[in-house]
Amino acid sequence: MKSERQYIELYQEAGDLIKSKSCAVMNAVRDEAFATFERQGFPTKKEERYKYTDVDAAFSPNYGISLTPLTIKPSLYIYNVKDAPLDITPYYNRVANTKDSITALNTALVHDALLIHVPANTLVDDPIVVDNWLRGTAPTMTNRRILLLIEKGASATVIINDHAADKQRFLLTQVVEVYVQDNAHLDLYEIEETPPLCSRFSNIYIQQGRDSSVKHNAITLFNGQTRNLCDVYLKGEGAEVTLNGCAIGSASQRIDNNTLIHHQVPRCQSNQLYKYVVDDHAVGAFAGKILVDKGAQKTTSQETNANLCASSDARMYTQPMLEIYADDVKCAHGSTVGVMDEAALFYMRQRGIPEVEARTLLKNAFMGQVIDQIKFEPLRQRLYVKVEKRFRGELDKCEDCRLCK
Amino acid sequence: MLEIKNLHAKVGDKEILKGITLTIRDGEIHALMGTNGAGKSTLSNVIVGNPAYEVTEGSITFNGQDLLAMSTEERAHAGIFMSFQAPIEIPGVSMTNFMRAAVNARREALGKEPLKSTDFLKIMREKRKLVEMDQKLMNRSVNEGFSGGERKRNEIFQMAMLEPTFCILDETDSGLDVDALRIVAEGFNKLRTAETSAIVITHYQRLLDYIRPDFVHVLIGGRIVKTGTAELAQQIENQGFDWIKEEQA
Repeated sequence: MKSERQYIELYQEAGDLIKSKSCAVMNAVRDEAFATFERQGFPTKKEERYKYTDVDAAFSPNYGISLTPLTIKPSLYIYNVKDAPLDITPYYNRVANTKDSITALNTALVHDALLIHVPANTLVDDPIVVDNWLRGTAPTMTNRRILLLIEKGASATVIINDHAADKQRFLLTQVVEVYVQDNAHLDLYEIEETPPLCSRFSNIYIQQGRDSSVKHNAITLFNGQTRNLCDVYLKGEGAEVTLNGCAIGSASQRIDNNTLIHHQVPRCQSNQLYKYVVDDHAVGAFAGKILVDKGAQKTTSQETNANLCASSDARMYTQPMLEIYADDVKCAHGSTVGVMDEAALFYMRQRGIPEVEARTLLKNAFMGQVIDQIKFEPLRQRLYVKVEKRFRGELDKCEDCRLCK
Repeated sequence: MLEIKNLHAKVGDKEILKGITLTIRDGEIHALMGTNGAGKSTLSNVIVGNPAYEVTEGSITFNGQDLLAMSTEERAHAGIFMSFQAPIEIPGVSMTNFMRAAVNARREALGKEPLKSTDFLKIMREKRKLVEMDQKLMNRSVNEGFSGGERKRNEIFQMAMLEPTFCILDETDSGLDVDALRIVAEGFNKLRTAETSAIVITHYQRLLDYIRPDFVHVLIGGRIVKTGTAELAQQIENQGFDWIKEEQA
């Protein structure tokens, strides 16, 4: 217990060093964030949004902190915040929930940040790809910060890949702040393929303007312990958001997705489809809240969480929530937890399909519904292959990784 | 081909089959008739190895092999096929992928190379015509949105793809209109060879007009109580089962 102690001491000792490696915008909010973290400590399972993940246990090992500077290949739209083409003060640590302890800790410890900036009315055809490689020769903590700014009328596809390059214990905190302004569009894919010794705490905050649209896909193909928080604030009329998730857990992996979609103005639309397949001893959790403010009339919202427990020892927790203060809305939610369809298995086996293969086909079919919705076609095709490989047990190492070969 | 001796089986705690003995030789068609709940479907499910059914006594050999020691898929690889009474939907698994997995699994078990994609599609096309099945159905998920008749045709189509030597038609005629019945029955007949044997379960004479049985068995209360030739089916169609029950009493 009380694993926050070592992080408090870390900041007291290394705070100045971190500041020296960082920049003014980030340092401006650092001490306050640290004060918040010091006051609150890590959230316990008693806190509603953290009840499915033991944060204290995840942060208790002794990690060295990584202060390696970001390496960015010079490319359009991607910057180190130190070289930002605009003043990011109005965006940095603004949409993020500064009261969240993980976000506060990240804000205190992070020294470098990535900015993706798509200027007004710019339509970016090719996807912007961010490849994250966790590296370390000893157990390593990495704090990552990303700022996405899609200005008015702009459009972009962003793919964030997560890998680990070394067989090491890793702890990652990540805060992603996303601003999608009026009439702008963003397709955001987060794909995690990390080894079992990785713990991930990712908080993503999305703010949308009028008639904007966002499609976000959180894909956990392989992991250790994952906790993804995603908050969406619909602040402009006519905004539309799709939050999808695909989570595959086996062995003793844990995947916890916690989402909030906050309808603050009228005529916005939100869709949500999260699917899990948990096998062996894996544990999955999904909690999603749709919050509709009093003035947010004509809101339409659909939230679906469907889960397949492929073994009797796998566990799934699901908690869809609607909190509605407006009286002219159309909102629905539903969640299911099912087991393998024995009748379908028998039918396939009678046709000669071996049981293992039949199970793979059924799991794949179940997850296919989420992958079908991925708009960027090359990625969709790639994920069909990856998901199938994952179910066949062929994705225990990262396929692109030189070190794993 | 198939030899069943003193077979007892149960579902849960309920004993359904109470001593079935039946020999089916190469090329023979055996019709199985009987009242609802007599055990006809149970017998079929036990032969193909449905894990929901438990054999408590007796034996089944298939071409000399101990069938009860084989897994469901091994039985399929050995050439056993069942046309399901109520074929189920498998959302998300396309007919093509399903069929490819099934055909290649059997080929692998028989020590053959998997079919090349073009060859496989060519065979699909040929066999589809046999039961007049629409190409559109092949792009759908297995049985998803299929009508009752389409599902039954699909069963015979799968039979055509897998070329079994022993088939069970479990009420393949139920829910079919006259034309569909003819197409399905004729499809089955075209697939038959001198070695193909079958058990045909039906409540009606009509199917047996197309698929002429060598023997007709009447199953009541988990036992075969009467065996005859095709004329017995005609007699049951006219008179029902009561006279057989009375004979037994």
